[in-house]
Amino acid sequence: MKLIIAIIKPFKLDDVREALTGVGVTGMTVTEVKGFGRQKGQTEIYRGAEYSTNMVPKIKLEIACQADLVDRAVEAIQAAASTGAIGDGKIFVLDLGQAVRIRTGETNETAL
Amino acid sequence: MKHALKFAAGAGAVTLGALFAAMPAWAQDAAAAAPAATVDKGDTAWMMTSTILVLMMILPGLALFYGGLARTKNMLSVMTQIGAVAAFTMLIWVIYGYSMAFGPDYEGFASNFVSTFGKAFLAGVTPASQAATFTAGVEIPEYVFICFQMTFAAITVALVLGSVVERIKFSAVMIFALVWLTIVYFPVAHMVWAASGYFFKLGALDFAGGTVVHINAGVSALVAALIIGKRIGYPQERMAPHSLTLTMVGTGLLWVGWFGFNAGSALEANGSAGLAMINTFVATASAALFWMLAERVAGHKASALGFCSGVIAGLVAVTPAAGNSGPFGAIVLGAVASIVCFFFVTVVKPRLGYDDSLDAFGVHGIGGIVGAIGTGVVCSPALGGPGKPDFDMIAQVIIQSKAVGATIVIAAIGTTIAIVIAKALTGGRVTPEVELEGLDLGEHGERAYNS
Repeated sequence: MKLIIAIIKPFKLDDVREALTGVGVTGMTVTEVKGFGRQKGQTEIYRGAEYSTNMVPKIKLEIACQADLVDRAVEAIQAAASTGAIGDGKIFVLDLGQAVRIRTGETNETAL
Repeated sequence: MKHALKFAAGAGAVTLGALFAAMPAWAQDAAAAAPAATVDKGDTAWMMTSTILVLMMILPGLALFYGGLARTKNMLSVMTQIGAVAAFTMLIWVIYGYSMAFGPDYEGFASNFVSTFGKAFLAGVTPASQAATFTAGVEIPEYVFICFQMTFAAITVALVLGSVVERIKFSAVMIFALVWLTIVYFPVAHMVWAASGYFFKLGALDFAGGTVVHINAGVSALVAALIIGKRIGYPQERMAPHSLTLTMVGTGLLWVGWFGFNAGSALEANGSAGLAMINTFVATASAALFWMLAERVAGHKASALGFCSGVIAGLVAVTPAAGNSGPFGAIVLGAVASIVCFFFVTVVKPRLGYDDSLDAFGVHGIGGIVGAIGTGVVCSPALGGPGKPDFDMIAQVIIQSKAVGATIVIAAIGTTIAIVIAKALTGGRVTPEVELEGLDLGEHGERAYNS
């Protein structure tokens, strides 16, 4: 089992979701997050008072899936979330130790 | 359907009033023959409407405009301070404020500056009492005049708060309001608007309160901000407006309400009110666009806050000029005021380093000064204004400047006294802990937004 964490541009969420369901991913968790990387923040000006925001809003996806699905899922996210510009985001893949479905108590791969 | 019918009937009444008002020559002839002044139902209906429009400028107009500009943690504090001082002013007004501004005159020199307490507790005022308008022989019920002027006092003291919100104590605000109204607002209102007042006799033009309301409030706001001191973290910390959406809503309510403020100041439903109305449209439109244009010229983006700031700057500037300018004079006046205010709040204020939180001085004070002095220019018939053919622009600008200068001095001295008293009695500022956590929780025990 693997856990995929992807940070993407917010407006790419629907494209990524469609691409992932297309390769057989059955669920994910989505969070609105802020952060910074190479993409510069923006400058806001209110009546001449300038504030630079160095945190940029992003969407974080968490997807737990079977190991044999990981390559296709990562590929799907990468293709769907890419605009070619700085700030498109990152994908991280971690090993997942355990999974439990709360309703039934099923564990690991049957719980995904 | 019921509502629609009611509304149609209301609109009809206003139209009827305008029809009657379109016959001033008759009214004057009649008055010359019989000295008894008449009360016109159309005028009365319009003045009652205008009064309620000015109330809407305060709540929710100014409360939302200022509240949106504050930070999330101080939203309720800003709105509560505005609401409470406005309510407090209404009571002070009927107890002795109206009498000090528009009561029976003192004999001799003092009548230039203030009236007697002869109408304290509205002594002698009945439903049959009448107050003069600008047309001989036409009057309005005194109760309506009292209410109309009451809303002016209430919004002026609320405007001052813009410079000291996010740190001044609620109790300090109330003490300040009591003292400030007594030693600054009532005397200045008397001097400008009462027939025995010094500026009135001097011939200063102030249609709807450029000096009384805006310069007065703006200068007082500056002095108050200087004495109360900067917010913790100003200007390094981020203090961006928490909701420009609400500021935009407040701006719209202020603009609509301002028709009561300006066109209502004609005291009749007539052509003068119509002139004030069209000027309140076009000066404001011009100022809104010119503020955004100034932003572009300065290398920034045209912004929503710029639009709102321009609207307010234009409204402030056209206030003294509303019935004293032609529409094209008003357009120029709005543009000039907008550019000057933009320059002031974006360039001059940061260099001076004082913390006028919501730019009460930068917009109301500066815009008010531009408007009051500019009124002496745009009133000229050569520029399309309603001045008489022998209008002397230079002499009028000198008179306007005198009224502006004197108002600045009175406001500065009076505010110093009022704030010092408020500070002595209440401490003035909230503790640093309350200021950092926000005045909503610290002063009122509530949060504006619970999610």
